[in-house]
Amino acid sequence: MTFADQLIIAPILIPLLAGGLMLLLDGRRREAIAAIGILSTLALLAVAIVLLVTSMEEDPARTLRVYLLGNWSASFGIVLVVDRLAALMLLLTATLGCAALLFALASWHRAGSYFHPLFQFLLMGLNGAFLTGDLFNLFVFFEVLLAASYGLALHGSGRARVSASLHYIVINLAASTLILIGVSLIYGTAGTLNMAALGERIPVLDPSERRLFDIGTSILGIAFLVKAAAWPLGFWLPTLYAAASAPVAALFAIMTKVGFYVILRLGSITTEASGGETMLFAEGWLFTIGIATMCFAAIGMLSSQDMGRLAGYNVLVSSGTMLAAIGLGGTGMTSAALFYLVSSTLTVAAFFLLVELVERGRTPADDVLAVTLEAYGAEEEEVDEENEVGIAIPAIMAVLGVAFLACALLLAGLPPLSGFIAKFALISNLLEQHWLGGGGIVSVQGWILLFVILISGLATVVAVTRAGMRSFWTFTERELPTIRGVELGAVALLLFLCVALTVQAGPVMRFMQVTAHGLELGRPYIGAVQSQPGNGLRQKERTP
Amino acid sequence: MELVISITIGVLAGSGIWLLLRPRTFQVIIGLSLLSYAVNLFIFGMGRLRVGAPPVLDSSVPGTLAHYADPLPQALVLTAIVISFAMTALFLVVLLAARGLSGSDHVDSVERSQ
Repeated sequence: MTFADQLIIAPILIPLLAGGLMLLLDGRRREAIAAIGILSTLALLAVAIVLLVTSMEEDPARTLRVYLLGNWSASFGIVLVVDRLAALMLLLTATLGCAALLFALASWHRAGSYFHPLFQFLLMGLNGAFLTGDLFNLFVFFEVLLAASYGLALHGSGRARVSASLHYIVINLAASTLILIGVSLIYGTAGTLNMAALGERIPVLDPSERRLFDIGTSILGIAFLVKAAAWPLGFWLPTLYAAASAPVAALFAIMTKVGFYVILRLGSITTEASGGETMLFAEGWLFTIGIATMCFAAIGMLSSQDMGRLAGYNVLVSSGTMLAAIGLGGTGMTSAALFYLVSSTLTVAAFFLLVELVERGRTPADDVLAVTLEAYGAEEEEVDEENEVGIAIPAIMAVLGVAFLACALLLAGLPPLSGFIAKFALISNLLEQHWLGGGGIVSVQGWILLFVILISGLATVVAVTRAGMRSFWTFTERELPTIRGVELGAVALLLFLCVALTVQAGPVMRFMQVTAHGLELGRPYIGAVQSQPGNGLRQKERTP
Repeated sequence: MELVISITIGVLAGSGIWLLLRPRTFQVIIGLSLLSYAVNLFIFGMGRLRVGAPPVLDSSVPGTLAHYADPLPQALVLTAIVISFAMTALFLVVLLAARGLSGSDHVDSVERSQ
């Protein structure tokens, strides 16, 4: 095993060691702790880039790499697997981590103790969940990331955060029991928890066991839908994300994607093995749930007065779109959904950071004023308009306004930015699959998805524009927010990545297509894990 | 034995879910604890119930599951117990914080008006 192969475990080890080291340091040495946090997050970014570049190589042995923990063979130990999808998710996590940390360094990390260690443990849990090839280990990494997220959601304290976190913790503890029930049902029937071995066992399962096994996978699927905040399991999300501090909410943008990732991954392994139909949900359910999530989120967006909640509902829109897209199935839809995942995660994270900057100068009285103005009309204001000649929009509000505009375009999927390309790819795949592919006509489900995507885009435009007008155009005598360069830098970094995603849409989309194609064939994943030599009884049997 | 175990799991899970849906935070935490006990027993049960079979290898007995209790669910239960214990402790802290901040032990932090 070469050094490059050892890198596979680095995304788990680096934040673990960094977080542990921070706990050992005296809490008052903020600079040292922050420096460790920065170094660790940058190292994670570097490792993720190396892993992604390696996974892009042509050689099949390099695109799918297996790491045996303790060198136990897959049937005895836990394996970590890096393929294109896992490497992509690792890179996205590290990028978000960098932006959120940069933003937090300006002021937020001083709002409470243990921000940095919890941040590192959250990164560790996320990376572990993306890498692991074992169901129970997945549960453990989920608990690691959830435990860290409970702490981070409470960061800064206050009544709203504690109240929202209370609901969040109860719901996730209940979902964790569902994961455990699902996992133990799967073990009880299939006799293994290794995802690759499961793929091999499914076709040879006894029919009487098979029914129980299907119940197990469905319960597991429901638990991950709670994590993906699908309707009707996602009511907790907008309140929590609106209450959480901005950098935390930005990093949480990827947490719903973990649920989506697991559904995609388990779907890929079990689908091929069972001959075409996905095991996690009965036919059409994932699609229906996705559509319902999108409709709920669109209505929620239109009804939200508060920008934080608006951003939270945007997380739901992206979650719903991806679920509906993979529910419809097909390589083209999966690759478009992956492109949408990257674009929407970066955008929503940028939006959360931006919302905090815009709202910073705001007092609760402003909100009341804005609502009253909307309700009773704003005529009274126009009286003293003559006196106001000469007051331009302050520079800082102009910069924020431009960033807000970019976010609005990205969220709604309007041209020219990557949000548009993502939705365009979804819709064009939808039509192409059925028109050119041989289906003749677009299926009813296809039309439903098409219209819901467009309608939710319209709802986003209306809701975000209204929020933008209230913040940037209505005249309120309020103090300008004091904003530090690094905070703007973090928002700019995320928006710049979206622009880069737009410019390089061709190569990125090709990468997504190869990734989606790799997922379509679950077989290479199963083969790579099972053929990896390691210690264990198998080897002993072979030696005379 | 199967009947006793399954009734136990059912009663624990049923009471747990009922308590989980109650409005007081203390009821919720007890509900979560009961639910996690039920799940722990359930995981244990999925390794098949056996009497008098050790989970530890003995060199004089052949190493197949016919002669041993499945050790893996027992290891899983151990991990699940530790995790649920830690989460209950963490939830207890949040519960107390919510009680302190809002002066109410209602899960929504506000008393529903009559």
